[in-house]
Amino acid sequence: MAEQHQGKAVQTTGHAWDGDLQEFNNPLPRWWLWSFYATVLFAVIYWIWYPAWPVAKSFTKGIGTVTYQSGGKQVTTHWNTRAELIEEMQTGSETLKQQAYLEKISAASYDDIVNDPDMMAFTRSMAKVLFADNCAACHGVGGTPAQIGQYPNLRDDAWLWGGDINQIEQTILQGRNGYMPAFGEVLSDAQLDEVANYVLSLSGHSVDTAMADAGRAIFQGKQGGCYYCHTESGKGMASQGSANLTDAVWTVADVPGAADDAARVEVVKTVIRNGVHRQMPAWRGRLSNAQIKLLTVYLQSLGS
Amino acid sequence: MKLSHESIEINAGLMIVLTLIAISIGGLVEIVPLFYIKDTIEKVDGVRPYTPLEQRGRDIFIREGCYTCHSQMIRPFRDEDMRYGHYSLAAESKYDHPFQWGSKRTGPDLARVGRKYSNAWHTQHLNNPRDVVPESIMPNYPWLLRNELDYADVADRMRALKLTGVPYSESEEEYQANVEQFGKPIADQLDINTAEKNLLAQAQAEDWDGDRSRLTEMDALVAYLQVLGTMVDFSKYDEGYFAEFR
Repeated sequence: MAEQHQGKAVQTTGHAWDGDLQEFNNPLPRWWLWSFYATVLFAVIYWIWYPAWPVAKSFTKGIGTVTYQSGGKQVTTHWNTRAELIEEMQTGSETLKQQAYLEKISAASYDDIVNDPDMMAFTRSMAKVLFADNCAACHGVGGTPAQIGQYPNLRDDAWLWGGDINQIEQTILQGRNGYMPAFGEVLSDAQLDEVANYVLSLSGHSVDTAMADAGRAIFQGKQGGCYYCHTESGKGMASQGSANLTDAVWTVADVPGAADDAARVEVVKTVIRNGVHRQMPAWRGRLSNAQIKLLTVYLQSLGS
Repeated sequence: MKLSHESIEINAGLMIVLTLIAISIGGLVEIVPLFYIKDTIEKVDGVRPYTPLEQRGRDIFIREGCYTCHSQMIRPFRDEDMRYGHYSLAAESKYDHPFQWGSKRTGPDLARVGRKYSNAWHTQHLNNPRDVVPESIMPNYPWLLRNELDYADVADRMRALKLTGVPYSESEEEYQANVEQFGKPIADQLDINTAEKNLLAQAQAEDWDGDRSRLTEMDALVAYLQVLGTMVDFSKYDEGYFAEFR
């Protein structure tokens, strides 16, 4: 700037403020000017290549094209992001690699997948991401929920709806409705205490034996009828999603977090009083069958 | 008055007016054609206006500023498709006033969150997100469970939306047009004359917030979240069909 002011006289823009405040009219820096011309040129190329200008009820489509397969036919259309996505889902190098694996896994039996280190490596890496996107909100990152309550832990070997590979797949496909009626209206407070003592005795907790005996009569009798779903042995039924009460794995009552015997009775009692109503959404439709298969294998490997 | 360089520069009011005109041209050229280009909104089945309960939930969504962290627009990219599901269609937000597209995602996109999680999860999560997702940075919204839902003005709200072009019906003629377009069960939901009755019925139809005995803001918001992105059955369409609209 300084050297331009010396020597030749620089023109001013011609107007003056406050009597003597003037503005030099220097030429624009050359680098700036050429960059400006380049952006103009870029805009013109953009108009020609991409959809750009509105014309009547349509618009100029540009000369760029995208080609993809649709219903066995090859379709070529003007450039647009939707067609590009279809093309990428059909021919992208990452997509093709992934698809090759997914096809292999769709065709393979569960045993084959588990015994093939390559397929298992793919399953673990992809299912981990699927799990994080879809399952972790309830079941927690890595399969351990934030707290004992609504959502079962998937890292242990206890399965409410069955841990068999087909049962896990069914659970994901169709979702589950877990339901236990509330016994607060049916049983008195003392009876709830008794049943809670009996339930805790099933998993080896120290309880009041006299109360547990009274609780057994309610549990195994018509009044409570708990054995309908939890079975006489208390081991539960996968077809009902009824919990195994003998394995000391708790998904609703926070027994491990309770401080002493009395607190343990209280948390179990609360569940019996209020019942349980929980729902897992169905994933059929939202996830593909191949994705569900990946998750099934992944979950079974987590839980064992 | 002569519009010389000098007269514009020393006349602030004139300069503001001319600046606004210059800026508007860009906006007009980009926006106005979308109103008459025939392929802007895809022709697709299933999209309907929100029911009174969902609409109240949407109002609460906007009141709480959910849109400042959550977009409702899945873009047509592979990574978005794999994470969130099918990209959003223009048709899917044609009854949204204002739309909730957005581009800022501090939290995940919500365009297809409907029926992804259970009602109980949404209630717990809105009340205190860390009860279910320990690493969440979303604020708590505990008042949603405490506040009774105010639905006294729901009919007026629907009338206001009707002015913007949402086909809620008030006259018999409009109702019949809705029966024609959406079928009777949905047309009944869109009738402004029975808005309060419909709202109360839908609040009872499902256990939204875990307590049917009272109607809270949580009920409405969960009902709204559970319908997001569920209206179009994408299995009915070939992917190439949507590309034809661009």
